[in-house]
Amino acid sequence: MDSILIQLLNGLDKGGAYALIALGLTLVFGTLGVVNFAHGALFLIGAFCAVTFQKILTFSKKVLDPNITFFDAYIEQPYLELWFGETGLAIIDYAVPLSIIVTIPTMMLIGLAMERGLIRHFYKRTHAEQILVTFGLAIVLQEIIRHFFGANPIPTPAPDIVSGSAAIGTWIGLGENFVYPWWRLIYLASATVIISSVFAFLHLTTFGMVVRAGMFDRQMVAFLGINVQRKFTIIFGLAAVVAGVAGAMYAPILPPDYHMGMDFLVISFVIVVVGGMGSLRGAVAAGFLLGILQSLASMTVVSSLLPGIDQIIIYLVAVVILLTRPRGLMGRKGVMEN
Amino acid sequence: MMKRLMNIFKKQSDLTTILLFAAGVLTMPIWLDPIGANYPDLLQKFVIFGIFAVGYNILFGLTGYLSFGHAVFLGVGSYTAVWSFKLFTMNVLPAMLFATLISGLIAAAIGFVSMRRSGIYFSILTLAFAQMFYNLAYSVLIPITNGETGLQLRMHDIRIIDNYFSDPVPGLPSTEFFGMSMNGYSGFYFCAVVLILAFYVAMKIFRSPFGLKLKAIKSNQHRMRYIGSDTRPYLITAFIISGMFAGLAGALLAVTDPLAGAERMQWTASGEVILMTILGGVGTLFGPLIGVGVIKYLENIFSAINDAVLHNFFSFMPLWAENLLVAITAPFVGEGWHLTLGILFMVIIIFLPGGLMEGFQKIKTRYLTKSMKDSESTTKQE
Repeated sequence: MDSILIQLLNGLDKGGAYALIALGLTLVFGTLGVVNFAHGALFLIGAFCAVTFQKILTFSKKVLDPNITFFDAYIEQPYLELWFGETGLAIIDYAVPLSIIVTIPTMMLIGLAMERGLIRHFYKRTHAEQILVTFGLAIVLQEIIRHFFGANPIPTPAPDIVSGSAAIGTWIGLGENFVYPWWRLIYLASATVIISSVFAFLHLTTFGMVVRAGMFDRQMVAFLGINVQRKFTIIFGLAAVVAGVAGAMYAPILPPDYHMGMDFLVISFVIVVVGGMGSLRGAVAAGFLLGILQSLASMTVVSSLLPGIDQIIIYLVAVVILLTRPRGLMGRKGVMEN
Repeated sequence: MMKRLMNIFKKQSDLTTILLFAAGVLTMPIWLDPIGANYPDLLQKFVIFGIFAVGYNILFGLTGYLSFGHAVFLGVGSYTAVWSFKLFTMNVLPAMLFATLISGLIAAAIGFVSMRRSGIYFSILTLAFAQMFYNLAYSVLIPITNGETGLQLRMHDIRIIDNYFSDPVPGLPSTEFFGMSMNGYSGFYFCAVVLILAFYVAMKIFRSPFGLKLKAIKSNQHRMRYIGSDTRPYLITAFIISGMFAGLAGALLAVTDPLAGAERMQWTASGEVILMTILGGVGTLFGPLIGVGVIKYLENIFSAINDAVLHNFFSFMPLWAENLLVAITAPFVGEGWHLTLGILFMVIIIFLPGGLMEGFQKIKTRYLTKSMKDSESTTKQE
């Protein structure tokens, strides 16, 4: 029972990351009609925003170690600590949550630059060409990251106060052994918050209403004298922000390395297709669903019955769904059909 | 004069094409010498990936179905070939046969399922299958694939046929084709002959009614269905054929170097073959081969360059300019070769979606119309 619950939480966690990336992918696809293979790279850049922010905060100066008096020993001490003392250390400790403040504008800028610089030239091209050019872009971005940060995963710890585990078991009366890392719970919560705010933005604001109308019938909205293109460009930026924040928050869970973008991209694409191209709800639902399925499949009970199932469950489900429900779980009629 | 020359090239039959092609491939060590590409390792890569790309082009070039999973067949081919070396004989012929057959079978299975959808769904389906194979190769199938170490020959392999006819020799045996060793140039010539045969098959397919049907599917599948021809069998056949080509290429990779690893099956490897095909020119006979040549050659050059070479190259400049240029170019060479590749890829797709062949065509038409106008004006003057 405990292990099932733990795996459920794990699945929700993973599913949160998948859903966030898939949400952005679907937004871009639904508005601009572009299949963006570089979306995983945006997730990657988000994670490395957190890494960079932490590196900047921990810029260090070599100072004499006061504990060793026999000879001159140097230790590295961050400038922030030298300048602000305890406060500085606290800031460093909170590097990952604070980095989100930087991540949001950075990702917005990167998203807008990407859309204006490259994607807009590809509206009229075939989907195959869109896939290929964004695939090339993903390789370029990934290699740039590797050039600056190296090939090894970079540990990016969460703040001390949440680095331990939450005693969920005692809260709901399942014994003390049932614990779960705090940061993962926070991740799950923030994923929920981000997803709901995206939906709220689309459904409760005028801007969102226009965007949804544009997704439904772009030409008609344009006839009404609304600059649909500009709104869609901003949506692309928003999708980049969602992916970036997802990446930054994921850094403490999985130390970022340069190919994490590609790893997540493939799965997210499968999720988008399973959810139904162009359906935001489908993307979120499929993200959580496949995350949970993957986690449940990695339980020892299951993998002893069907060895290797945890490795392929996502793809297997995708194949089955694509063949039985051609539009995915919640796909609209007439989207990407030929 | 020019026109007559063009006519000769237009009227060339299959036989002249294949003869010219064979001559071109077999003399590669000679005409690649001046650009420093004349060593067996690289030449082998040219021809082996040439087979891979030619096969991929049969699917993507003719039907327009973008498969993201062709690296699977390359990997399966390699594994099958190495197993054939381990279990039966070091002769390469059975290895190649088995590899082609088994990758053909797997292609039939994947193609049968994936071809039920088209467009991006087809791409995602093939990608999903590729990821399944890749992940399984690192987990459940480790007894077959030997996991991250890769599958390699061992001293105490069974090798039924070889050991039946002769006593085992000390040391690791090497691959051979009825006594001909597969190292160095002989390996290259062997692969080159296979490439010529494969190219001949591809050319025949291109110029056959079957190939015409595939092209028709690419241009308008609905219309094909309306006039009452079922496209699915043709698509699946094309998928199987291109899978078999990929398996054959994988087997040759194992022939020249009997080691198979799962990284060959990663989806980025499928991306690489797409890249080669597109760079050269999708749907053209020679395009993919040109793409392979360019990419493998550049890869070879760029990844060998390091800072010292760069300093040497820019040494004629003042020191500050030298250091600046080295600092600018260093990220693009050596380990950064993939960065250059990505940029090259984007540039090609953005500016020349038809690949280098389209570029040649453009230059040719521009030059030809110019020269024709010139000749017209000269005749008028006369």
